[in-house]
Amino acid sequence: MSTTATQRRLIRNDAPPRTAGRESIVSRSGAMLVMAVFTFYFLIPVWWLLVQSTKTRGEFSSTAPLWFTPDGFSSFVANLGTLFSYDSGVFVRWLVNSVFYAGAGAFLGTLVAAMCGYALAKYQFRGREVLFNVVLSGVLVPATALALPLFLIFSQVQLTNTYWAVFLPSIVSPFGVYLARIFAASSVPDELLEAARLDGSGEVRTFFTLAIRLMSPALVTMFLFQFVAIWNNFFLPLIMLRDQTLFPVTLGLYAWNSSIGQAPELRSLVIIGAFVSIVPLIIAFLSLQRFWSGGLAAGSIK
Amino acid sequence: MTTTSLETTAPTTGSLSSKRRGRPGGLSLRRAVVVFVAPFGVLYALFYVIPIAFAIYQSLLTVKREGTFGAAQQVFGGLSQYILVFQDGAFWGSVGRVLVFGIVQVPVMLFLALLFALLLDSPLLRGKKFFRLAFFAPYAVPGVIAAIMWGFLYSPSLSPFSALTSSVNFLSADLVLWSIANIVTWVYVGYNMLIIYSSLLAIPQEIYEAAKLDGANNWQIAVGIKIPLVTPAIILTAVFSIIGTLQLLAEPQTLRSFSSAISSTYTPNLAVYTTASIPNYSLAAAFSVVLALATFILSFVFLKLTQRRAFA
Repeated sequence: MSTTATQRRLIRNDAPPRTAGRESIVSRSGAMLVMAVFTFYFLIPVWWLLVQSTKTRGEFSSTAPLWFTPDGFSSFVANLGTLFSYDSGVFVRWLVNSVFYAGAGAFLGTLVAAMCGYALAKYQFRGREVLFNVVLSGVLVPATALALPLFLIFSQVQLTNTYWAVFLPSIVSPFGVYLARIFAASSVPDELLEAARLDGSGEVRTFFTLAIRLMSPALVTMFLFQFVAIWNNFFLPLIMLRDQTLFPVTLGLYAWNSSIGQAPELRSLVIIGAFVSIVPLIIAFLSLQRFWSGGLAAGSIK
Repeated sequence: MTTTSLETTAPTTGSLSSKRRGRPGGLSLRRAVVVFVAPFGVLYALFYVIPIAFAIYQSLLTVKREGTFGAAQQVFGGLSQYILVFQDGAFWGSVGRVLVFGIVQVPVMLFLALLFALLLDSPLLRGKKFFRLAFFAPYAVPGVIAAIMWGFLYSPSLSPFSALTSSVNFLSADLVLWSIANIVTWVYVGYNMLIIYSSLLAIPQEIYEAAKLDGANNWQIAVGIKIPLVTPAIILTAVFSIIGTLQLLAEPQTLRSFSSAISSTYTPNLAVYTTASIPNYSLAAAFSVVLALATFILSFVFLKLTQRRAFA
């Protein structure tokens, strides 16, 4: 509910301000200046990365670091070719792994968190408050503090250095349950559930046909949160994985970057690899940004 | 009549399930709750509760050898690992380092995030959508990648700002902590800005009308009305930032290939990783337990001190 209100205001706020005439020129240009300076700060590293990925190794220090060379495009294509073929295409493998860990993990994680949060919001049952508090404490327990104990447990059952070792722990998101509870409470009316009951729909069926649809904008937010958390997770794969064909792209680039000393040709691969790995994420992010705003408002206002 | 029929319908469903057993809707509702809670519950137990319990158990073990070259054997050692933890100067040095980092970096970052959010919510700016997107974009960059990028930008030979980086060594022992702080700020300001901005957008416009009638200007409205109303959002971002600070790992670990000033125990998590690689699992587990407890207590105390309930 607050989501739609927020989105309405988002649109309103982007329209040219009606009261602009009343504000003094000085404070308006001051505000624009602050924002312009910080735009430079936020975008220049990404711009630098883009420009550098269009250069050959010799051009790194010999040409202008923030502008393209005349044959930049062909160098870019050549760099891409090297990146995708190096070490029999291991970089593509890393990208696929990251998409799998983050995509499948966030999908399953959102589903189980939504079910649990929905139950916490919509049913009275014994132990409900205890359960919610236990889950909330989980939000305050840092994920990295779990990486080592998870490694010890997985090594007991000989599952370290497998996809499972990174995938399974990533599904669990206590913060997702917390969000799902808030979203379910605000977006699924009790009267509707009552009506579904009268129609003879089972509780589980009602959830999958009705509640999940009402919660869907919130579920996208939860999915995004978890996708980013898994995509960025570094400690767990670092501690679990030895075999580089299982690496997510962050760990793979870290490994390349750490061996630049022995293999300097990796430097251009690290640069273009970093660029290639963040482009899809930035695009996905920016195109789904309204889900961030709406969901974050509901999550923090409460 | 309508009322009665409604009243009778509800018990009818009840009696349907009471034929199956128990109070109205009792069993089917209880079964539904189990179906909803069980998947998350099982995963949470397996990958949160059991690991924590196992870490505590592991931290109570110690390695004993029969003579210098005898087979190593894990035996119960009580709190001996924790005594080692408290005697470990490098570990406490790393804790102190991230605390200093947090005391400076978290307020700076949140101040910037609040400033940008207030500006986006004010009538002063044009092109708000562009600024929102540009400031949020770095959040899409994983810590490792951000550290690699800034690592190159800091290094004198590759940086586009070589005039600056050749006179100031950002990767030196004195400055590298603040170079890391810059990376973390760069990634997270936009994200925190968006959280605060979202809660600014949720404030009904009517609240400002009275203030405007009283002749309050933008600045007075921002300080007197907006900031108090978004305080819960700021507290939420502060708690997550505190948790994040104590967990620092990816950025310093990645920067180690650019700077020799970052030791293998530079942050608490680096100390855990290094100790586990020896391998000394019991001491590393004790580090993890102490770190998790410290994080938990710090964010809990912060929530209590601010006397607001950021979590409903």
